[in-house]
Amino acid sequence: MIPLTSTDYDAMRLSLQVAFAATLLSLPFGFAVAYLITFVRFRGKMVLEVFVNLPLTLPPVVVGYFLLLLLGKHGWLGSLLNDAGIRLIFTLKAAVIASAVVGFPLLVRSLRVCMEGIDRQLVNASRTLGAPWYDTLLTVILPLSTPGLLAGSSLMFARSLGEFGATIIVAGNIPGVTQTIPLAIYEYASSPASETMALALCLVSVVISMAVLFMHELMARKMARRD
Amino acid sequence: MQLSMNVKKSFGDFTLSTDIEFSGNRIGIFGKSGSGKSTLVSMLAGLVAPDDGEIVMDGECLFSSARRINTNPEQRRIAMVFQQHCLFPHLSVKNNLLYGFKRCPAKYRTIDFDALVAVLKLEELLGRGVTNLSGGEKQRVALGRAILANPRLLLMDEPLSALDDSLRFQIIPYLKSVSSEFGIPYLFISHSIVEMRLMTDTVLAFEKGAMLGQTTSEQLARNCMGSSQVGYINLLNLGLPSPVAGLYSYPWGAAQLLISSGSERTGSTAELSSKDIILFKQHPEAISARNLFPCTVCSLFNSGRKIGVELDCSGNTLIAEVVQDAVNELGIVPKSTIFAAIKASAFRLLPG
Repeated sequence: MIPLTSTDYDAMRLSLQVAFAATLLSLPFGFAVAYLITFVRFRGKMVLEVFVNLPLTLPPVVVGYFLLLLLGKHGWLGSLLNDAGIRLIFTLKAAVIASAVVGFPLLVRSLRVCMEGIDRQLVNASRTLGAPWYDTLLTVILPLSTPGLLAGSSLMFARSLGEFGATIIVAGNIPGVTQTIPLAIYEYASSPASETMALALCLVSVVISMAVLFMHELMARKMARRD
Repeated sequence: MQLSMNVKKSFGDFTLSTDIEFSGNRIGIFGKSGSGKSTLVSMLAGLVAPDDGEIVMDGECLFSSARRINTNPEQRRIAMVFQQHCLFPHLSVKNNLLYGFKRCPAKYRTIDFDALVAVLKLEELLGRGVTNLSGGEKQRVALGRAILANPRLLLMDEPLSALDDSLRFQIIPYLKSVSSEFGIPYLFISHSIVEMRLMTDTVLAFEKGAMLGQTTSEQLARNCMGSSQVGYINLLNLGLPSPVAGLYSYPWGAAQLLISSGSERTGSTAELSSKDIILFKQHPEAISARNLFPCTVCSLFNSGRKIGVELDCSGNTLIAEVVQDAVNELGIVPKSTIFAAIKASAFRLLPG
């Protein structure tokens, strides 16, 4: 049996907390962006697509640095929040924001794939049956996007569990406050005496990630069956 | 229902440009694929905005580019039955049926749910999901859903084209009930002349994005006879058959028809192509065709390179097609008597 310390349990709790919060926070925005890209024709759609997918290709450290510039005490948004008495940098909220930004493209991608599979005539049928666009969105598009929503959420959750680069920049590595599993492993790995502890947390990370990915596969199969 | 559409719409090389005005309750829009039929009804339903023009229905302007009016689809009260059933897969049959009904303002709700379910014979299906229904059942549910939205006009965009022949003719009586039972005017879109004749009174014919003309479904069938591979299809209403020497004898008005296939159902309808009727000047001495009728020539009409001959066979009407040489040789003129021979195997009984 590999020993786990109370700091490790804190890291596990914080990781799950951050992943849950980031996923929940992103769901409405992810759904709205996927809907816009899939169903609405507007100028600048490609710019929006590139912007949404940017965190997929940028190094997470770069994303973290941009967030630091934005949310820091002297940042554009950070200074406004600071005036309102809200501090984000080096708090758990910053870790949630970092995870949400990095995982957001995965959520949007899953939702888009699912929404693109919805027959447009179903949307047209709904409109000619008296449903305004928002009614069609809630009663036709949302229910038919559920598999994509679940699959995207599980992917994003898994990505959030592994988030490191952006988090360490904006939230730091404070045990019991912002230290998630990857940050704790990083700290253990920096010290030659803590190899076993690092390995123990790695195993915990593998188990959680596998459980989440199994769920993701189940969702993906459900989507495939629907097609 | 009165409708006027003066609209233009371009998609790449294709341009639909039409200025039409019509009234009636059973209107057909006829044309080949790519003639602009579906674009026209999509503009009417509000699903596609015209580039330019005006759409006015029963005095209400639904679209006007000049006045910047474009009524939303949900406010037009124009329901649609699509080529594919387009049922919501996440809802039960009952909830599909009620989708439009729930969204219809109470003052317009005149159609009773139970009455509609009875007319369309949907009682057994209400609790089921829609994914495992047969093609015909799905289209009946789609029709019921559109009717229950209490529209002031129903658009049927080739609702039979996804169905096989047997289902197609089973569904037609239900489609016709839209007007006869529920009093809703409809626009029926199809490229099938037979469907046009069964479903509509007035037909607007379209080709390459422009309207060719407005006519009756019967006249349309006669006009297309000469260019059609199957000719003019005579639709014969038959009584109950009785077996006769390996064939079936069907009452057809005052006459009897011998047909090689039989149906136990009452009120059968049979198709007979104008190409399958052979005309004789005099009664032949002997002939293998099992049906031979003395007929009176009512009229002749031109259709392409063919001549259509309208015949009165014991009070029933038949259209035969011949070439001009045959008309001259047989001396076919109105009010002359002529003999029509038809093989027993030339008839095609319509399912349903």
